[in-house]
Amino acid sequence: MNILVFAEQIDGSFKKSAFEAVSYASQIAQAHSGNVTAVVPGNVADDKLAELANFGASKIVSIKHDKLNGFNAETYAKVICNTATSENSGIVVISNTYSGKSVAPRVAARLKAGIASGVISMPNTSNGFVVRRGVFSGKAFADVNLTTDVKVLAITPNTFNTIENKQAVNIINAESGLADTDFTTQSVEINRVTGKIPLTEAEIVVSGGRGLKGPENWHLVEDLATALGAATACSKPVSDMHWRPHSEHVGQTGITIKPNLYFAIGISGAIQHLAGVSSSKVIVAINKDPEAPFFKAADYGIVGDAFEIMPKIIEAAKAFKNS
Amino acid sequence: MKILVCVSNVPDTTTKVTFTENNTQFNTGGVQFIINPYDELSLTRALEITEKQGGTVTTVTVGLADTEASIRKALAIGANDAVRINAAPTDAYFVAEQIAAYAKAENFDLIFTGRESIDYNGGQVCGLLAEMLGLPSVNVITSIEVEGGKATMERDIDGGKEKVSANLPLVVSAQKELTEPRIPNMRGIMAARTKPLKVVEPAGVAATSATVGFELPAPKGSVKLISVEDAGSIIGILHNEAKII
Repeated sequence: MNILVFAEQIDGSFKKSAFEAVSYASQIAQAHSGNVTAVVPGNVADDKLAELANFGASKIVSIKHDKLNGFNAETYAKVICNTATSENSGIVVISNTYSGKSVAPRVAARLKAGIASGVISMPNTSNGFVVRRGVFSGKAFADVNLTTDVKVLAITPNTFNTIENKQAVNIINAESGLADTDFTTQSVEINRVTGKIPLTEAEIVVSGGRGLKGPENWHLVEDLATALGAATACSKPVSDMHWRPHSEHVGQTGITIKPNLYFAIGISGAIQHLAGVSSSKVIVAINKDPEAPFFKAADYGIVGDAFEIMPKIIEAAKAFKNS
Repeated sequence: MKILVCVSNVPDTTTKVTFTENNTQFNTGGVQFIINPYDELSLTRALEITEKQGGTVTTVTVGLADTEASIRKALAIGANDAVRINAAPTDAYFVAEQIAAYAKAENFDLIFTGRESIDYNGGQVCGLLAEMLGLPSVNVITSIEVEGGKATMERDIDGGKEKVSANLPLVVSAQKELTEPRIPNMRGIMAARTKPLKVVEPAGVAATSATVGFELPAPKGSVKLISVEDAGSIIGILHNEAKII
């Protein structure tokens, strides 16, 4: 079975999730005697494209077009589907990032393919084609059987490891087949937060709640995050009170995350918050209320005043970093 | 301006999730259903747009009769009329096909969906619907202004934000920040009783997926407590014991 991977790039470089997606596809290909082709819309240099071959892509279809440098759901779906058709792909693998979430359903509709998003397992083909995904904002899992000939899988970042599987590089430069009229949405301005780790990709997240009493105390979250190389996050009340931007709100109605380590500082652990973070591998909860629900979900807990506890942890984290 | 808002009927956020029928069905017993929070944002923003420049807001829901409480709430918030496509939703593809079949003949200028439903979290309806209708789509918008047949939006992208523009007609999905949801007032609740709620039969479409089972996450072991005096030792524990840093 041939598998196509949409390998996402930003400014000519691949994200870690692109390598995860190629590694994931490569494992399916090995189990089903197939080949992995990666499709890359936008101008990416050949030496960068070749990085995908390190993780199992034996063919890379590069579609260099200035207007494809920025992400556009409609035109990206067209070039991905054209490639899937010409490569006779039975599975299309896409990362479940913001861009991936925009393009995957469009790809599925164009190919009349069943789609599963937020996938967290390899496909089980013993009885159909079943993949597992998180539902109810992380409160449960669903096993979904895709019954169409072509399948679209949008896989959750930070779930599958990158696996070295070096292939000979076969880079094909393909025409986009797009006309100017295909670009129906126009990018006016892009503002990326530089110097900060994006929440959805972070392996460590330090998060604060109402227990921090005000935005002026957020340096406690930021100092620990800096020492650990972590992203920062917050609970819903904190973003509702505008102490922190909405983009940092994790939970059922915010961002669902799956880091290796989640520090919850001054967050009681409402069911809606836990739904968005409970897939974290290890959770550390700090709260002065020993009855806080977070202590039931956490692996490690410290019961006490965050203002007394945090300086000690920050100091230890700085010492660890410098050791 | 003719706006369609897709409204999903979902379990309340405080719901304790359990399953029945050998873990193949969500247990709706005792569960309170609400309008999907992202759809509420869509509805409010749609009303703000039509209040400013005229037009109508229609809601569409794919669901059986038990979804009508949520639909009436959407009417109470301010939608002009509502459509219920009389089918139990099986997956996002099915839902999008049903809405597309209805919307095709209606020539909406703008179609809102939520970023995702808070139960099945697929986030697929916006893109599926747009592709089925041959329209552009912009996902996870945090603002939208409409003027002269053109929409200017801000959306979340990986690691930041992007300002984009597109001509109408257009399909967008609402992200938090889009606006503050409205609470229905008594006048709205009274008015909702007489607003049109049209029921249409579903279009026959082929299934593309089936949920074959559910599972709850394994229960967590007990928490290991560290004293306040030894708080700094958590870093060593995470390195040596949990091997996570």
